[in-house]
Amino acid sequence: MTQTQNAVARGRKPKKMSPARYGLYGLLVISATFFLTPLYVMIVTSLKTLDEVRLGKLFALPETVTFDAWIKAWSSACTGVTCEGISPGFVNSVQITVVSVIISVMLGAVNGYALSFWRYRGANVLFGILVMGAFVPFQAVIYPLIVFQREIGIFGSLAGIVMVHCIFGMPIITLIFRNYFASLPEELFKAARIDGAGFWQIFVRIMMPMSVPITAVAVILQTTGIWNDYLLGLVFGGRDNQPMTVQLNNIVTTSYGVREYNVNMAATILTAAVPLAIYFLSGRFFVKGIAAGAVKG
Amino acid sequence: MKRKTRMWSNLSAKIASIPMLITAVGVFILCVAYSIALSFTPSRYFPKFDFIGFDQYIRLWTTDRWTISVYNLLIFGVLFIGFCLVIGFILAVLIDRNIRMEGVFRTIFLYPYALSFVVTGLIWQWMMDPALGIQNVVRNLGWESFNFAPLTSTEYAIYGVVIAAVWQGTGLIMCLMLAGLRGIDREIWKAARVDGIPLWRTYVFIIIPMIRPVIVTAVVLKAISVVRVYDLVVAQTGGGPGIATEVPAKFVIDHFTERGNVAIAMAAATMMLLPVLLLVGPWVYNEYVRRARA
Repeated sequence: MTQTQNAVARGRKPKKMSPARYGLYGLLVISATFFLTPLYVMIVTSLKTLDEVRLGKLFALPETVTFDAWIKAWSSACTGVTCEGISPGFVNSVQITVVSVIISVMLGAVNGYALSFWRYRGANVLFGILVMGAFVPFQAVIYPLIVFQREIGIFGSLAGIVMVHCIFGMPIITLIFRNYFASLPEELFKAARIDGAGFWQIFVRIMMPMSVPITAVAVILQTTGIWNDYLLGLVFGGRDNQPMTVQLNNIVTTSYGVREYNVNMAATILTAAVPLAIYFLSGRFFVKGIAAGAVKG
Repeated sequence: MKRKTRMWSNLSAKIASIPMLITAVGVFILCVAYSIALSFTPSRYFPKFDFIGFDQYIRLWTTDRWTISVYNLLIFGVLFIGFCLVIGFILAVLIDRNIRMEGVFRTIFLYPYALSFVVTGLIWQWMMDPALGIQNVVRNLGWESFNFAPLTSTEYAIYGVVIAAVWQGTGLIMCLMLAGLRGIDREIWKAARVDGIPLWRTYVFIIIPMIRPVIVTAVVLKAISVVRVYDLVVAQTGGGPGIATEVPAKFVIDHFTERGNVAIAMAAATMMLLPVLLLVGPWVYNEYVRRARA
């Protein structure tokens, strides 16, 4: 039962299109239209003037393309009390994401390595609890974490939100690295042990260089996950560290007077731009990441 | 002496595992236990440990907003998982039929999965706008009685949320199903063709049973995301109109933040945790603790 062998396409490509194949492509095109329409609508709406949006031609291309809505969304739309656009949220999101991704991926890599090669007593139970943690709803854990962070005085700070992202990212990242390291030949590790290398030496000199691809998968998974987070940013971000998703929702919900749909859509695109760019540039790794997140080894 | 060396030999590994230990025990056991404990107290804004039994649970289940939340979650869950599985499977089958531009179609079906729920909710809120959205476009084409503004009706709003969620989540299911289809032995197809079994029967009676593990994984994954659904509702409907699209996750957050009722929030969180523990607990124990030990 070799699976890779079956991954190749079956048979020849048919030369002539039969009616059934027309139906097949018809269905595919209809589905693709359903999936693409919201993206299309979001983009054209953001490029229209508010007057043109009010004409109600949702699917029409803009008569005159203008980036005013984008500029307003970025720098002067109101997110509650302040009117600085979504750019402060962008800066916050970049800070939160970069720091959280670096720390959580490093922790996950070390955990996975320790669990695969240094099976100390209780390691399996520990890992079992951690995997359970991946399924625990955030709501069952958030309040005690708030109490704890208030006690030690990091609630609402960058450190606080980074800590929360590291906690909730740990199960899946550890799982990914553990499965990867478990697939490496044990002899590799034993040979290094015989040569007298210790825990950190083996990790830094042997394991880290070998785990570049899986690290890329983990980084992409965490980057999109943390960037797209709303709940944790809302609760733990405090006033100074609200991520872009939270500010985006504020822009849309706290509009005074006229609702500026074009500005809302521009802000939405700006927020979606980072994960979308990651997705289109790293398709293969992205798919591997969700597959790794989905299927246990 | 021997015991001592053994303890010291793994010392670095043990030290390196301290963050994991703190997370596993400190967060996923102690914090969860703390949440559960609070659900048996009369805590309002701050924790207060007077034990009052199951009072909060009784209040919870007699609160309209909670029962509506649970009901919504069931409707949402069944429809969302059902549509994702069916559409995801069909798309995977279509893509698996030797098509041209396979990569393009796959990319298109999966890209919404890269977007956050907030973005998803806001896009669909705009598409479903009663005055300027899809409804208006179709009416302008001449179909005056056309109705598609689910978010303004208490009865249909939850279905509007389902549409947005299906749009966002189907790509993942398609991906998993496609991997399942590609893993099927080619001989099966040949045998089915030789026996003259029609294509649809081959899929329904042979292929679907063969990819059952993939389907189970897909259902488990989606079920977990259903229990967690929060930001999509916040962005798309804000729980409204009225309390028509409230969900349990939002109930918990709202009650321990703005409503200042920690105890009932924790009772609700415990109710959310319960099905997860009952379903996933035995599976994790079996897969990761027992098997690894053997």
